[in-house]
Amino acid sequence: MDVTINHIRKEFARFPALNDVSLDIRSGELIALLGPSGSGKTTLLRLIAGLDQPTEGKILFGDEDASHRTVQERNVGFVFQSYALFRHMTVAENIAFGLKVRPSATRPPKAEIRKRVADLLDMVQLTGLDKRYPNQLSGGQRQRVALARAMAIEPRILLLDEPFGALDAKVRKELRRWLREFHDRTGHTTVFVTHDQEEALELADRVVVMSQGKIEQVGTADDVYDRPGSPFVFSFIGSSSELPVTLAGGGVRFNGRPIGIGAAGEGPVDGKARLFFRPQDVVLMDAADALSGKVTACRRLAGTRIAEIDISNGEAKGGKPHHVEIEVPLDAPVTLGADLSFRPTRWRLFFEG
Amino acid sequence: MSKSARTTHFRNPADESPLVKLLLILIGLAFLGFFLFLPLVGVFVEAFRKGAEAYVEALVEPDAVSAIKLTLLVAVIAVPLNLVFGVAAAWAIAKFEFKGKAFLTTLIDLPFSISPVISGLVYVLLFGSQSVLGPWLKSYGIEILFAVPGIVLATVFVTFPFVARELIPLMQDQGTGDEEAALSLGASGWQTFWFVTLPNIKWGLLYGVLLCNARAMGEFGAVSVVSGHVRGLTNTMPLHVEILYNEYNFVAAFAVASLLAALALVTLALKTLLELRFGAGGAGGRRH
Amino acid sequence: MTKTATSRWRWKQPSIIPGFGLTLGFSLAYLSLIILIPLTGLVWRTASLGWGQFFSILFDERTLAALYISFGTALIAAVVNAVFGVLICWILVRYDFPGRRLIDAMVDLPFALPTAVAGIALASLYAPKGWIGAFFTPFDIRIAFTPIGIVVALIFIGLPFVVRTVQPVMEEIDREVEEAAATLGANRFQTIFKVLLPGLAPAVLTGFALAFARGVGEYGSVVFIAGNIPYVSEIAPLLIVIRLEEFNYAGATAVATIMLAISFAMLLVINLIQAWSRRRYGYV
Repeated sequence: MDVTINHIRKEFARFPALNDVSLDIRSGELIALLGPSGSGKTTLLRLIAGLDQPTEGKILFGDEDASHRTVQERNVGFVFQSYALFRHMTVAENIAFGLKVRPSATRPPKAEIRKRVADLLDMVQLTGLDKRYPNQLSGGQRQRVALARAMAIEPRILLLDEPFGALDAKVRKELRRWLREFHDRTGHTTVFVTHDQEEALELADRVVVMSQGKIEQVGTADDVYDRPGSPFVFSFIGSSSELPVTLAGGGVRFNGRPIGIGAAGEGPVDGKARLFFRPQDVVLMDAADALSGKVTACRRLAGTRIAEIDISNGEAKGGKPHHVEIEVPLDAPVTLGADLSFRPTRWRLFFEG
Repeated sequence: MSKSARTTHFRNPADESPLVKLLLILIGLAFLGFFLFLPLVGVFVEAFRKGAEAYVEALVEPDAVSAIKLTLLVAVIAVPLNLVFGVAAAWAIAKFEFKGKAFLTTLIDLPFSISPVISGLVYVLLFGSQSVLGPWLKSYGIEILFAVPGIVLATVFVTFPFVARELIPLMQDQGTGDEEAALSLGASGWQTFWFVTLPNIKWGLLYGVLLCNARAMGEFGAVSVVSGHVRGLTNTMPLHVEILYNEYNFVAAFAVASLLAALALVTLALKTLLELRFGAGGAGGRRH
Repeated sequence: MTKTATSRWRWKQPSIIPGFGLTLGFSLAYLSLIILIPLTGLVWRTASLGWGQFFSILFDERTLAALYISFGTALIAAVVNAVFGVLICWILVRYDFPGRRLIDAMVDLPFALPTAVAGIALASLYAPKGWIGAFFTPFDIRIAFTPIGIVVALIFIGLPFVVRTVQPVMEEIDREVEEAAATLGANRFQTIFKVLLPGLAPAVLTGFALAFARGVGEYGSVVFIAGNIPYVSEIAPLLIVIRLEEFNYAGATAVATIMLAISFAMLLVINLIQAWSRRRYGYV
């Protein structure tokens, strides 16, 4: 089922939680809504489900306008962050609920419901736990019951709100892989909300990066990581350094000095800009036109070494030092207080004004 | 259909329509009105039926004054006794792990599930003229039954669990960390209690005392059985209300009753204040 | 300490906190003096009656009638309170309306108001010429001085037991549970009757049992409104008082013992409901 989100605006007590959001979700896709808390990602998910209604804009399921369909009519599978299992029902009763509440005309016969429940239990690998109560399950098991319950109604789209938020790190990793396999097997259009970029990048076909009620960028993991579309995306995903620079004659200057990288063809020739680069995209070099500064801290991170460098060289006006983090080879001679020069090999400039 | 449904008609699926809400609120309020508010209002209306003068007269009349005095006396003895017991029992139960703890807690709750009449009856059987103890004590000139000691005992019985019941869950929640820290810093047992435990439980304690006091002053059934109803001597306020009412002296009965109702209102107000301020004493806990 | 000493069964876990002996000793002594010894006296007195006398008192027509009236009216009142208590909880927890806070506080009134005061107030209110009773008089319905009056008094007494037991559980209901039911296709009616109310059942049952137990033993608020006609509106606690006034200690004791036994059975049932619910659902 394709889902089209068309210029959605959502206000809570006059405060815009979502502002002119548009998004095309393709059938069978696994999409992550990624953003910090308050970015509007859960609001968007709830609007798709029909748990809230947009102030403006439309949501289309296929070609049909779903905006005025009630949540019951939309037939979406929603897995809540708290799982929201029915505590007084067994696992089997929880899963069967969506089928049992159907009007008698569309309700499957009892035997069929039983079979469907058994199949779903098998699918989420919980066979044998059908008589248990939610209270008697582990967090990971509850999560899968919630998923099976949502799948039981054969939803047109599956929505998951922070599906792994309440689980510990190890279970989270296992379930993440499991969910990907589950999706590949069932092929449901799936949207999940997360604030964990690792989760989003690893799991999703496409990542929707959100901030302050707006979509910043939509793309594959490679797109958002290698070609960030905005300063927010660059700084939110992965680690990066940001420097205020000036452009003059096609060259980039920091603190008035050229740093050996050009800005050709990227925008206006002169003016202010923000330079972004990632720690690993630098090369150490001994040159006058490079960034340089004193090593203020150095730490080992798995297979690499990260050096923190104060590149203001005492020249920063107003006294604010500029710290950047770069990756240095393990065999490079880096000692605290030593001078180091480097040049970004891959970078991105965002022009101001 | 989708055309007629407008944005303003949207309702969160966890909400009822305004009409249903209004209906449920009205039913609830009507029920409370008939069973709670009207009786309360009625007490004050009946008390002032013949004006303020008759009201005051009913309260300053000697028998009424002696009933008020006796009620205060009983509360002044019963409440501190149960306060000390409540703190001691809560200390033993909340700060230590021992076998039989659950059973002890159940025993403490026992008076709540006993009819007040039976609470009085047990003392009649223990100290009555047909018992062994009663005549023996009487030979030394000690009167228990149909006298103040009997009334105090019956009141202590029915108000027995109030303080302990508030404190036990509160102190169990607080654990033993604070006390262990104080002891490790060199405080003595009493110092630990005064300077560490007591400040932690004071609001819960106050809460328990309030409820205990309200019941002590208002107890009717148990006290009625042991008091002997001697006017001016063994009549507490609730018993005085009964006598006046049975004599069809309604204004006087309701006047004395209005004092007790005012006491109840003050208790409720303080209780609510404590809950709002401090979330005292397991605000959601079950109370009897 | 040797190993055998630490692994030995002990009735108290070691602790560095002082005062265990003092506080437990005092508590037990006080508990015995005030509660246990007097209660033992009652049981001992009953035992000395002998079975024959005990059963002849129990199966006396007036005793049976009084027990029937006490339990019957308490049952009806508890059912009414279970229904309206849940409704009142719902409006207090879910809705916002002017005076909600005040009403929430007032629900505890029956706990704080002396029973005798409640009794005379209800009696005058529901009497044939009272504010409420007068509405029923034209239809020839009498409330005060009939068993209906007893039910009215017991509704008053029992209401807070249901509300205060159910309220905390209702407050903890996650709205997401209701939204989950909606996404699965349940309408509001189905959500309330298949998801919310069954989830509240253990709490409602507990509150019901508490209100019922209290109602059976209630005396002060009932005697004024009941009319106290033997075989019609005479409750069991009143019968105990009457027997005492007749110096019929055997009669009073036997009725009291029956009531006590039933109260303990109720207490056991309440504890079983809670233990069962906690084990199965993880909440009460």
